[in-house]
Amino acid sequence: MTIRFEPEDNPHPFFEQMELLCGDDFYKCYQCGSCASSCPMTEHMEASPRKIMHLVRFGLGEKLAQLNTFWVCATCLCCQVNCPRGIDVARVMEALRTRTLRQKKDYLEPSRQRIAPVSEYPQIALVGAFRKLAC
Amino acid sequence: MKKTVSYYPGCALKTGAKGLESSALASMKQLGVTLEEIPDWNCCGVVHSLCEDDLIHHVAPVRNLIRARQQGSDTLVTICAMCYNTLARANLMMRTNPEKRDKLNRFMQEEPDYHGEVEVNHLLTFLAREVGQEKIQSKVKVPLSDLSISPYYGCMLTRPREIAIESRRKFSLLTDLLQSLGATVKYFPAADRCCSSYQSVNDPRIAEEATEFILKTATNVGVEALAVCCPLCEFNLKYQQKVLLKRGRLHTPVPIYYFSHVVAVSFGLNPDLNLFEMDDAAIDLLTRKGFKKDTKIVKKGDEAS
Repeated sequence: MTIRFEPEDNPHPFFEQMELLCGDDFYKCYQCGSCASSCPMTEHMEASPRKIMHLVRFGLGEKLAQLNTFWVCATCLCCQVNCPRGIDVARVMEALRTRTLRQKKDYLEPSRQRIAPVSEYPQIALVGAFRKLAC
Repeated sequence: MKKTVSYYPGCALKTGAKGLESSALASMKQLGVTLEEIPDWNCCGVVHSLCEDDLIHHVAPVRNLIRARQQGSDTLVTICAMCYNTLARANLMMRTNPEKRDKLNRFMQEEPDYHGEVEVNHLLTFLAREVGQEKIQSKVKVPLSDLSISPYYGCMLTRPREIAIESRRKFSLLTDLLQSLGATVKYFPAADRCCSSYQSVNDPRIAEEATEFILKTATNVGVEALAVCCPLCEFNLKYQQKVLLKRGRLHTPVPIYYFSHVVAVSFGLNPDLNLFEMDDAAIDLLTRKGFKKDTKIVKKGDEAS
C-alpha cells in the first residue's frame, strides 16, 4: 500500500481524538507484525492490523475511515496478547469504529439484515454486533 | 466447600441456551452445590466497551455485581463465557481504576458504592477450586470411556490475560474435568481460536471460514466432539457446520456439547426431565457410544409435545 502525504494533511486533531478514545499506546508500535500474524480475520481485511497501526501513527484519519479492517475485527484480542510492546490493538480498532459511529453512521444497519438468519441468532450475537458495528 | 453461591445466568441461558443452564444446575445439584440466582439481574452488555470515555456501557455489568454484593456474596459464578468476560473486566476496572470507579458510583446514585468486592468466577474455576476432582469422580455413573472429546474455550475465557481463567494456551481446567469423567482428551490446537463471534451477524462468510478452520482442525487431530462454554461459540459452530457439511467443505460432523451436557450425561442424569436441548448429531454420538442407553433425550422444540 502506497502512503501519500498531502501538504494540507494536519494529523494533530486526529492524534488528539485517538488519544482521548484509546490512550497514547499506539505511538509505541514498532511494526513487528505480531498483531497481523495472530489475527484470525486478516484475510477478510483490506489492510492488516499492522498496516492500520502504521496509518494511525502517521495520522491518516481519512484514509483509515475508508478501510474495512476495524469493522471485520471480532475483538478476540489475539493481537493484544501477542503484542510485544503491550499495545491493546483492539482498543485502537474500537477507537477507529467509534470515530465513524459518533458521526451517526452505522456500519451494520438493522433494516438491511436478512430476516431469516437474524431470527435464529442468539441475542448475544445481535447485541454484540449492534454494540460494536452500529451507533 | 461452598454449598450455596451467587449465580448470574445471563440472557442466553434463559432463551437459546436453556440446555446449558439446565444441565449445569442439575449437575451442580448432584455435587451438593446450589447456584442461587441473583435477584433483579440485567443483561451484562455482552461485549466490554474499550473506549476510554465510554462509561455508560459499564453500568450494566457493575449493576449485576452490586446485586451479588447485596446478596451478601463474595463470589459470583457465571456459566456463559461472554457474561464471564464482561463481568470480570468490569470488576477489574472497578478495582483498578479509581477515577472511573468514582464516576460510575456517583452516576449510580440509588445503588450502594461498589469497589470490586465480589470475585467473578466461571463455573469451571469454581468446580476446580471449590468442588475438586475427587468429588466429581465420585458422582460419575456413566464413565465416558472411548469418547474422544476436547475442550474449546474460545476467546472470552482466555483473553485478556488479566481475567483469563488460566494461563495462555493451557486448557487444563476443562481437560481435567473431562478426564475425570473418563473421556479421552486430545490436545486441540484451535481451542482458543476465534469462532468469529458477533461477526457472524455482519458477514456469514467470515463465520464460515472461521468455523471451518476450527472444525477441520478437530477432525484432523481425531477429535470426535468438542465441549464448549459459550452460547455464541456453540451457535456459530453448529449453525455454520450445517452449511459446511451441505457444501461439502466439511465431511465428518463434529458434535458440539456444552461442557455441562457432558458432566450431566456422565452423572447419569435423566435428560428427559432436564431438557438438555442437544442436537441430533450430539444425541447420535451418545447413543452410538452407549452412554444414553434407553433414556430419551428431549430435543429442542419438543418440549410442548
